Amino acid sequence: MNLDAKIPSGSVEEKWDKHRFQMKLVNPANKRKFEIIVVGSGLAGGSASATLAELGYNVKCFCFQDSPRRAHSIAAQGGINAAKNYQNDGDSIYRLFYDTVKGGDFRSREANVHRLAQVSVNIIDQCVAQGVPFAREYGGLLDNRSFGGAQVSRTFYARGQTGQQLLLGAYSALERQIAGGKVKMFSRTEMLDVVVVDGRARGIVTRDLISGKVESHSADAVVLATGGYSNVFYLSTNAKGCNVTAAWRAARRGALFANPCYTQIHPTCIPASGDYQSKLTLMSESLRNDGRIWVPKSVEDKGKLASQIPESDRDYYLERKYPSFGNLVPRDVASRNAKQVVDEGRGVGPTEVGVYLDFADAIRRDGKASIEARYGNLFEMYERITGEDPYSVAMRIYPAPHYTMGGLWVDYNLMTNVDGLYAIGEANFSDHGANRLGASALMQGLADGYFVLPYTIGDYLARHLGEGVLSAEDPAFKAAEQEVRQRTERLLSIGGKRTVDSFHRELGRICWEACGMSRNKKGLEEAIQRIPELHEEFWQNVNVTGGGESFNQSLEKAGRAVDFFELAEVMCRDALHREESCGGHFREEHQTPEGEALRNDEDFSYVAAWEARGSGETPILHKEPLEFENVKPSQRSYK
Amino acid sequence: MKVTLNVWRQEGPHREGRMVRYENVDVDPHMSFLEMLDQLNERLILQGEEAIAFDHDCREGICGACGVMIDGQAHGPLPETTTCQLHMRQFKDGDEIHIEPWRAGAFPVVKDLVVDRSAFDRVIQAGGFISVNTGSAPDANLVPVEKKIADSAMDAATCIGCGACVAQCPNGAAQLFTSAKVAHLGMLPQGQPERWGRAAGMVGQMEEESFGSCTNFTECEAVCPKGISVDFIAQMNRDFLKAKLRSS
Repeated sequence: MNLDAKIPSGSVEEKWDKHRFQMKLVNPANKRKFEIIVVGSGLAGGSASATLAELGYNVKCFCFQDSPRRAHSIAAQGGINAAKNYQNDGDSIYRLFYDTVKGGDFRSREANVHRLAQVSVNIIDQCVAQGVPFAREYGGLLDNRSFGGAQVSRTFYARGQTGQQLLLGAYSALERQIAGGKVKMFSRTEMLDVVVVDGRARGIVTRDLISGKVESHSADAVVLATGGYSNVFYLSTNAKGCNVTAAWRAARRGALFANPCYTQIHPTCIPASGDYQSKLTLMSESLRNDGRIWVPKSVEDKGKLASQIPESDRDYYLERKYPSFGNLVPRDVASRNAKQVVDEGRGVGPTEVGVYLDFADAIRRDGKASIEARYGNLFEMYERITGEDPYSVAMRIYPAPHYTMGGLWVDYNLMTNVDGLYAIGEANFSDHGANRLGASALMQGLADGYFVLPYTIGDYLARHLGEGVLSAEDPAFKAAEQEVRQRTERLLSIGGKRTVDSFHRELGRICWEACGMSRNKKGLEEAIQRIPELHEEFWQNVNVTGGGESFNQSLEKAGRAVDFFELAEVMCRDALHREESCGGHFREEHQTPEGEALRNDEDFSYVAAWEARGSGETPILHKEPLEFENVKPSQRSYK
Repeated sequence: MKVTLNVWRQEGPHREGRMVRYENVDVDPHMSFLEMLDQLNERLILQGEEAIAFDHDCREGICGACGVMIDGQAHGPLPETTTCQLHMRQFKDGDEIHIEPWRAGAFPVVKDLVVDRSAFDRVIQAGGFISVNTGSAPDANLVPVEKKIADSAMDAATCIGCGACVAQCPNGAAQLFTSAKVAHLGMLPQGQPERWGRAAGMVGQMEEESFGSCTNFTECEAVCPKGISVDFIAQMNRDFLKAKLRSS
């Protein structure tokens, strides 16, 4: 297969402008002749649906939640980056581009990243015009902060709820189009297949989650904005409903899945408290600005309270190993080091899987009031969940899966290798390389939805003017519907002895151990063997109660688990094949003598795009070489 | 510790519901309320029974999906806390807990503890937006916004649309939800051009749905997990009145 990323020629600064001019346009009278399906209503899907409808297209938008306002983008806390340079501190489009390529550990596409930095400034304008209440200074202008170790202040924020406010902005634009009749909204509706005829996406098959009705929807183009797959680990900071089903169903119909092993682990999450744990909660990493991370020096101090361990017996391991960055080392470095001390048996808390994040020194230095002003809401949240008061007892944290950089392979136009099938937001792989910088997820979701896809999709549609959609009665749709129904019936008929959650938990444990914060050949090979076995057992021994023709959350979970099994296998294979360490992918065999990630640019400077062939079948690897003409690959160092 | 649960079970919108008693439910004090339900559901599934349906998603108190009446109180006993953020350490061994879905005319039961809150979306469709097409926005710093106003708009904008306000209101009124959006947009300079139409449209839609009328019980404010103030209702009423005067 020839993977053509369709990157326009010219210098990186002029590619997008040039491309916009060269793309075909659809005239306003013709736009209303096209139907577009958007699956997902988060920042990417919500903004795309609204914008496409404003342009005049007919849009059908689908989400599994009861309202498009609840998509998981809502949970983002920190902020959104934009190269506005309002703070006059030397920021520019080129600097944001440079930081993002470098932060992605030189595994992203330069052209995409530059475009992202370019449109970042328009996003802020758009959101403010919609009424998004970003934080402001006393003069009435927008406030910014530095985030995730950036040397400039380019992050816009709305208290600790930036994701919610941006989503409500996109949601309001979407609701306006629903009111105007240009978007037809299907809430509590899950996409269960994409229909591909002669290599071209012609529509989707959905299940109405209330009535259980399986239906076909045809369109001129299909856009997947269905988020990431962190829940393959079962425990993650993602919402419980987040799943890979739509993306994976597309993969099973021929769309390539790129770089699945690039997953991001967030270092400051609240540790799991027991086996019943259903999800993990992230706390803003701004806590690391004042908190000091430590564990006991000796394994023998295990089980003691923090207050019983004298200063001389504490190991502030990040400060010790990285004197210049200390507790502010990047996410992946902080996470791996936490794992290391826990693996050594020095973990803290009742489960011994955690490290201290201690504010005692900061409180002594700045006073309780000042710490409360900075982190009050986070401390409250911590206390609500753990029952411990972080002003008097050291906080406990542990890393958790948080974001996935991998996703469906897309070209510069955000189209997958399947004609007419697009992937935007976290669902695609395009902009973050092997590691995403803080406050860049919201930026990418909105960039794709507001400012990139609405242009590029026109170029595709213009070439299909007058062709019309395929009838939903077409045999291709009927066959896909039949497959969906059969799968549902099969899941309901097993009547085994284990619940879906018990399987999903076990799958998550396997992935976390073998393909989590650090990976090695032996562990990955074992996981690749174990996952299909567990998947097989699932089909023999799962028990899904209730029926197929009614609201049935157990059935929903079961269908999603099946797709996680298949994705997990490909994720582990990707991690095994990538014999290097880069960004979120750390292979123990490939590290510097100091224990840092060691990239291998000579052999692995490419996008690994996998052609999935089903459980137990070896997927086929396709490669898209990466070229760096502007930012020269270098080694990250935080010593 | 162990608790006894009485849970509302209802197969569908037009089916009769009933309270079902579950005894000896094992809980760990560090468990969240929803994790307790997860665990009970695991038990039910292994007994071949159908799991209790309940809405939930982020489990971080921000998506607004979850919410049940716990012993008659929306989201349970802790102030400014969604159901998903409530932990079992707030209860004690031997407690008997009653769990019901939101009770409101405008929120019909879908199944068990799940209700249909789409009326909220329709209220937003009636004007809960600023009409600005993508691409037409001026520079974000062109219009300064007084910090006090921006902060107050943010206070209103924190609404997560969970519906606790409606569920707790003896009248099943949606004034707190609607006013939070009317106030958020109505306070900002960007929201001025459509201010009066928005207030009239959203209040009108609210009345068309099956919500009740506001009679100032202020129970909504007491249970709101985001602590949204009833002052916004007064603000909305003023805007609504002015809108009516302007149109007549």
